[in-house]
Amino acid sequence: MTKIPRAGGPPAGPVNDEAAVRLVGASLRRGGREILRDLDLVVPRGRITAVMGPSGTGKTSLLSLVSGELAPSKGQVFVEGQDINTLDRRRLYALRRRMGMLFQEGALFTDLSVFDNVAFPLREHTRLPEALVRVIVLLKLEAVGLRGAADLYPSELSGGMSRRAALARAVVMDPAVVLYDEPLTGLDPISMGVILRLIRDLNRTLGLTSVVVSHDVQEMLSLADHFYVLADGRLIAQGDRESLRAQAAASPWVRQFLEGEADGPVPFHYPARPLWDDLLGGEAA
Amino acid sequence: MKSTLSEIGSSPFQAVATLGAVGLFLVRILGAIPRALARPRALIEQIFVVGAVSTNLILVGGLFVGLVMGLQFYTALARFGATSALGGLVALSLLRELSPVVTALLYAGRAGTSLASELGLMRATEQFKAMEVMAVDPVERVVAPRFLAGVLSVPLLTALFSAVGILGGYLVGVRLMGLDPGVFWSNLRASVRFRQDFLNGEFKALVFGILCTLVALYEGYHSDPTAEGLGRATTRSVVIASLAVLSCDYLMTAFLYR
Ligand SMILES: Nc1ncnc2c1ncn2[C@@H]1O[C@H](COP(=O)(O)OP(=O)(O)OP(=O)(O)O)[C@@H](O)[C@H]1O
Ligand SMILES: [Mg+2]
Repeated sequence: MTKIPRAGGPPAGPVNDEAAVRLVGASLRRGGREILRDLDLVVPRGRITAVMGPSGTGKTSLLSLVSGELAPSKGQVFVEGQDINTLDRRRLYALRRRMGMLFQEGALFTDLSVFDNVAFPLREHTRLPEALVRVIVLLKLEAVGLRGAADLYPSELSGGMSRRAALARAVVMDPAVVLYDEPLTGLDPISMGVILRLIRDLNRTLGLTSVVVSHDVQEMLSLADHFYVLADGRLIAQGDRESLRAQAAASPWVRQFLEGEADGPVPFHYPARPLWDDLLGGEAA
Repeated sequence: MKSTLSEIGSSPFQAVATLGAVGLFLVRILGAIPRALARPRALIEQIFVVGAVSTNLILVGGLFVGLVMGLQFYTALARFGATSALGGLVALSLLRELSPVVTALLYAGRAGTSLASELGLMRATEQFKAMEVMAVDPVERVVAPRFLAGVLSVPLLTALFSAVGILGGYLVGVRLMGLDPGVFWSNLRASVRFRQDFLNGEFKALVFGILCTLVALYEGYHSDPTAEGLGRATTRSVVIASLAVLSCDYLMTAFLYR
């Protein structure tokens, strides 16, 4: 494995691993199905890593493995060099304080205003004076273009605005690792550009590690340094931009996904028996 | 494994498993209470939210129960020429039995359902997950303060219910039926004992408060993360809490007032 040079910024916590996140032979079962199989995945520190793949392949589930919300049925998950499933609650929380996560649906606290949502992690984990909290929160909101919406409640936001507010909340603690679940879906082209720039700037100025889950192939190709393509619970391609292009030329699987063709080896359908059996067979199994 | 309280009846094994899950949830809440007490503002806010929403209901409910009792007892006592005992009878029925039970039922219907649906909504919109990932324990931050607030509110609401109920009995007995006010109050004061009547009633209220709040929080916190899950949790929280209150009331009455 090639050594990846560490990017600028202070290394956070016990660093004995060049990878911020590492999955070793990780499998995940959910609802009786094995949705991730034997995944080996390394997220280099200080870089932007994109995880792409069709809907329902388990990208969100993969992030849940990294945040420690789900445990792999097999294999291990290391974050900042620590096996996240062997940590007790206190250590897990200590580790999570250095992680930020943008949820696919935002997951804003409905009883708090946008301002209080973004201030929440600061108020929970720091003893900063309220004046300073205000400054930090307003700056983060300014960055996502929502300073004017600080007093609104989540129910008064559009989908894209919620996403941006949630993004401000995810990075308000200046975490070492940020996990973005579909940061771009539902955004207009302008907000999309703003968010892409924000992810890139945060990554560059704070030296943090970003994992971006998305199926916006073109945007990811311009944003990320390192790529993983998931299909059917397995990795079908990985590497930097050039090697991804090379793999696309060699593999119909990768080409199909990168170019968005419906026909090809990557299954577009949730596993099912043949359509004819369903249409003609009725209850017959 | 997820088990809901309504599955208690489905098999003896399920009953034990569910009670165990609820017990563990209670232990988790109790463990988080010291840290919840460390933020008195959030706690006071919750007492206000949980207690205050039920206050009007308790005032109106208590008044009508008192008025009805005044009427019923007055007519019944008149048959024995014992109307002078009205004050004591109204007060004792309220303090020992009616106030804790009716308050708990009204509380389960009003505050309990709103707790269950509030938590169900937070579950359905992944707010608990978000808290977990931000290294904030939702049981400590959300559940424990609501539990404390509920448990403290029900005895207070019960006392309020009794006060208004006695006022209702007084209005009917004295103002409507013409009983002498001195007779009403002196009989009341002579028959009510502080520890045996008032404190035992408050003890019942405390237990009911724990039951109703725990059921509502358990159902809300463990609801399915969907719209139906939320609705189901809300309905269940009233049904189960009401049954628990009524059955527990019999047991406690049997032991407290031997
Ligand atoms: N709570 C759950 N219980 C059982 N199965 C689940 C659960 N959540 C998701 N799944 C299954 O896991 C698979 C992967 O889901 P996941 O949400 O990780 O996909 P995804 O790649 O994030 O999709 P999308 O791009 O549409 O967000 C799906 O097939 C889904 O049916
Ligand atoms: Mg997803």
